[in-house]
Amino acid sequence: MNIWGFSISEARVINYDKNDKSIAAQLSKEVPDSNLCIGCGGCSATCTAGNLTDFNIRKLQMSIKRGETTEAARELHKCMLCGKCLTVCPRGVDTRKMILTLHKLLHN
Amino acid sequence: MSIIIIGAGPAGCEAAYRLAQSGEQVELIEKENETGGNLNNWYQLFPDRKSAKELNRLLRQNLNHPNIRVHLNCEPVKIIRENNSFSIDLNDGAQLQGEALLLTTGFRTFNARRKEEYGYGIYENVMTSVELENFLTNHQLQTSTGKKPERIGLIQCVGSRDEKICNFHCSKVCCITAVKQAVEIREILPDAEILCFYMDMRMFGPGYEELYREAQEKYNIRFIRGRLSEASENLSKQVMIKAEDTLVGKPIRMSLDLMILMVGMEPSEGTRQLATQLNLKLAPNGFLHTADPHYATNLTSTPGIFSAGCSTSPMNLTDTLTDARSAAIAIKEFLLSNRANTHKKH
Amino acid sequence: MYYDPFVLPFTLGLNILLIYLLARYTRWIRSFSKEEKRIIRKNIFTLKTWKAGKEVFLESLVHHKIYRTSPFLGYMHMCFGLGWFLLIVIGKIESLVYHTSLLNPPYFAIFFRFFHPAQETFPYSTTFAFLMDLVLLMILSGLTLAWIKRLYSKALGMKKTTRHRPFDLLILTVLWCIFPLRFLAESFTSGVRGGGHFLTHTAGDFFSRFLPIESLSYPAWWAYSSALGLFFLLLPFSRYMHIPTEIVCIFLKNWGIKQGRTFTTFSQFQLYSCSRCGICIDRCQLGNSLKITDTQPVYFLKALRHNTEHSVPTDNCLMCGRCEAACPVGISLNNLRLSQRKDGSRITKATYGYIPPITPPQAKIAYFAGCMGHLTPGIIQAMLTIFAKAKADYTFIDEKGGICCGRPLLLSGNQKAASVLRDKNNDLLNQSGASLLVTSCPICYKTFKEDYELNMPVMHHTEYIRLLLRQGHIQPHHSELRTIFHNPCELGRGSDVYAAPEEVLKAVSHKLPTVYDGRDSLCCGGSLANIHLTPLQRTQLSSDALKAYLTYHPDVLVTACPLCKKTFSKTETSVPVKDIAEVVAENLG
Repeated sequence: MNIWGFSISEARVINYDKNDKSIAAQLSKEVPDSNLCIGCGGCSATCTAGNLTDFNIRKLQMSIKRGETTEAARELHKCMLCGKCLTVCPRGVDTRKMILTLHKLLHN
Repeated sequence: MSIIIIGAGPAGCEAAYRLAQSGEQVELIEKENETGGNLNNWYQLFPDRKSAKELNRLLRQNLNHPNIRVHLNCEPVKIIRENNSFSIDLNDGAQLQGEALLLTTGFRTFNARRKEEYGYGIYENVMTSVELENFLTNHQLQTSTGKKPERIGLIQCVGSRDEKICNFHCSKVCCITAVKQAVEIREILPDAEILCFYMDMRMFGPGYEELYREAQEKYNIRFIRGRLSEASENLSKQVMIKAEDTLVGKPIRMSLDLMILMVGMEPSEGTRQLATQLNLKLAPNGFLHTADPHYATNLTSTPGIFSAGCSTSPMNLTDTLTDARSAAIAIKEFLLSNRANTHKKH
Repeated sequence: MYYDPFVLPFTLGLNILLIYLLARYTRWIRSFSKEEKRIIRKNIFTLKTWKAGKEVFLESLVHHKIYRTSPFLGYMHMCFGLGWFLLIVIGKIESLVYHTSLLNPPYFAIFFRFFHPAQETFPYSTTFAFLMDLVLLMILSGLTLAWIKRLYSKALGMKKTTRHRPFDLLILTVLWCIFPLRFLAESFTSGVRGGGHFLTHTAGDFFSRFLPIESLSYPAWWAYSSALGLFFLLLPFSRYMHIPTEIVCIFLKNWGIKQGRTFTTFSQFQLYSCSRCGICIDRCQLGNSLKITDTQPVYFLKALRHNTEHSVPTDNCLMCGRCEAACPVGISLNNLRLSQRKDGSRITKATYGYIPPITPPQAKIAYFAGCMGHLTPGIIQAMLTIFAKAKADYTFIDEKGGICCGRPLLLSGNQKAASVLRDKNNDLLNQSGASLLVTSCPICYKTFKEDYELNMPVMHHTEYIRLLLRQGHIQPHHSELRTIFHNPCELGRGSDVYAAPEEVLKAVSHKLPTVYDGRDSLCCGGSLANIHLTPLQRTQLSSDALKAYLTYHPDVLVTACPLCKKTFSKTETSVPVKDIAEVVAENLG
């Protein structure tokens, strides 16, 4: 117990040392093109679900890559898999495959 | 015998002049009725806002060199290679003989219609960066309905860095062009909101970062990090755009009175055709392959055929002119060794 | 009593096979759902059974669908199907005429030439001998083609033939032995005792010149019987299970049993009906463009039936339906594949609760561009122009951004999520109060038509434009543009819409006929159904398809799907790719 001094607030910070990045590693193995994301936001801009509700696929997959999976596990199923993101991604990430793989990885 | 240069854009003009200066005879072929290539479509140059006309005039003036013959409105219809020389038939019936061939066929700008979701050619108030230059030359900018635009968006990476149109490369100059154009728009429209949508700002040249900073500091240009996904048009002919403001982490929607697409560079028709005709190796991005990216940037896959400027990759003017001079040296070296060999044989 | 021990292998094999089949089919049919059983009971004593019988003759015996792929290939299959059938039937009649007892055992007809003393004539005996020789010759000619096909498949119109399991190659060899052995047995017997006709008699004479046929004829009958017996014993475990199963399957289909998106007992029938003829192989663009050779239906179904690893083939399919359109057995290949895709989503009724209600439009026609439609504003604008020209009372319901129809979820196996989304959308659309739904997206169109329960008819925009043309609400010019049409998978093969785009395109342009018309259109490569290809592979696929179309040198390549249009625009093309609505709108003047 830390009784004196300051500590890192776990909720605020991505604790990259502690975070379990096994899902990220597996994702990168199963969907190699998911590594190509440069975070341009094209996917989240065009997203059919994101147009109607608080759902940001760019952020979710980025968070997973940093080992932050809680929010993704909670939010991911909002996706309708319509494929618009796949059609706009300038890096050619197979976003649908990425999402389907994440469904599998997050709930196993 | 002379050196044949195909394409009288900045690279072709500069190489012609340097070779002429070194004592070589130069045949410069240009398909248009004037030299200068894409420079003719530009108003001012980044980063110092020099007049494009001024640079063009300088390059053109150099062509008055007695060793240079310029063939305007000409295209090669047949290129034959015999031993150490090239014989080229032009469409005007002339036949040229050369010891070396330099391709300075340059680039063309991306056809923005291929990014259909951005609405170029569909929505009235969408134009390309090339078209904007024309407005800048005339110092006036208005919407299709003749109104003064209140909000203008400049969209980066249209036709560059995009797997969806199979252009994986970065066109290098669009970032700084957008900054330059934003500043120029500001001078015409002091009260408008000017926004620049980017994926990365690549300020690689001298004075570029400074201009970027100046654009923010002095010209009040806003920069939003997010790629445009699609656009639509409302009843008052405004362009409604969708992007994500990735630094805020939220989708952003806004209406623009005018949307400028910063179109990227692709190898020009001439570059493509000559590459096929001469059986030259291409780089994966479709530009001419060069023998080495560091010390042999002007050598193509065939000895005796050289390249310079944007036929080999997107370049700014500084690099284009430097590359042209470097080509002149490479050609000169080639000629000297060729002539020495011929001399030995005799 | 006619009997000889050599008939035992045949008789034994046949009886074991019949018992096995009876047990297997009974077990399967008993496990049909109540509803399916009701459908069978309802239709079994109707004309549908007669129709099924006709189909069995045309499909299982004549194999008339294979003639479309290649006449030689069709003839080859017909020789085996119809030929063997005739051999049995004519043989049986011959034996009946001779023996006049219905109760003669099956082997008697099969080995008639052995038991029948050649000198003894009976009514039409010469005619029968002639017919039997003719049929045998037909089968042997088919067999020759089969050999040629194994060695050089292109001769029979197939670029590639099926790679079989070693076991299937074994039974194939047995099958190939049967008829030559019959030929030898009958010829030798004829050489010894006379009888036979132009084929066996001549051959018998010929063989007698240099072979000790007296001592060879009896072993030949043993060999023939053993080959038959062995074939029957191996059949249930081989691809030849398709011979009996296809017949049952055709009856079930005609009675109204359907293959849905789940794996049912009927799926078993379909699975075992695959003859592994391999016609699907050449149809598959994944094979042709990308050299992927393990995913074609023949291999997928093989893996499924023999329960070997098939997770990659399950996912690696565009579901373009080109294979299904060519399958001579008519197996529901797409649905069978879908039935194997895993439902990986975690969905509750509240999942898509965020979808807002539609404000009921005050218009007769609801226009739905679809998700992808928003990436092709050219199509939307063309449709709005057409609506305006036709003075249609319409409203653009997903103008501000749409909702997904649910089909993409379905295509990736997430059937539960798809149904939740569908129910939600279904209610919203039904509340809209429109009397016609027009959509630009064939993907949406297919699911609206097939899976939704809408209280209004739904049309794809090609159908709507045709309606406007026919009613004279729009009168576009006929332009001189030379066009070719790429029928989107989900519109043509998927929803059976062929005539409407054809009629519309012919009305506004000079449409060039291509080998890709109708059911033979290619897939653009953009299909959402494939969740395995890499982006580069997709590009290759679409660029190959584009190249194939452009060999016709059209002025415009016309399609009728936002996704196809986008996909084709990926590679630089000298020829513009347009939607049919755009071509119409441009000619409205």
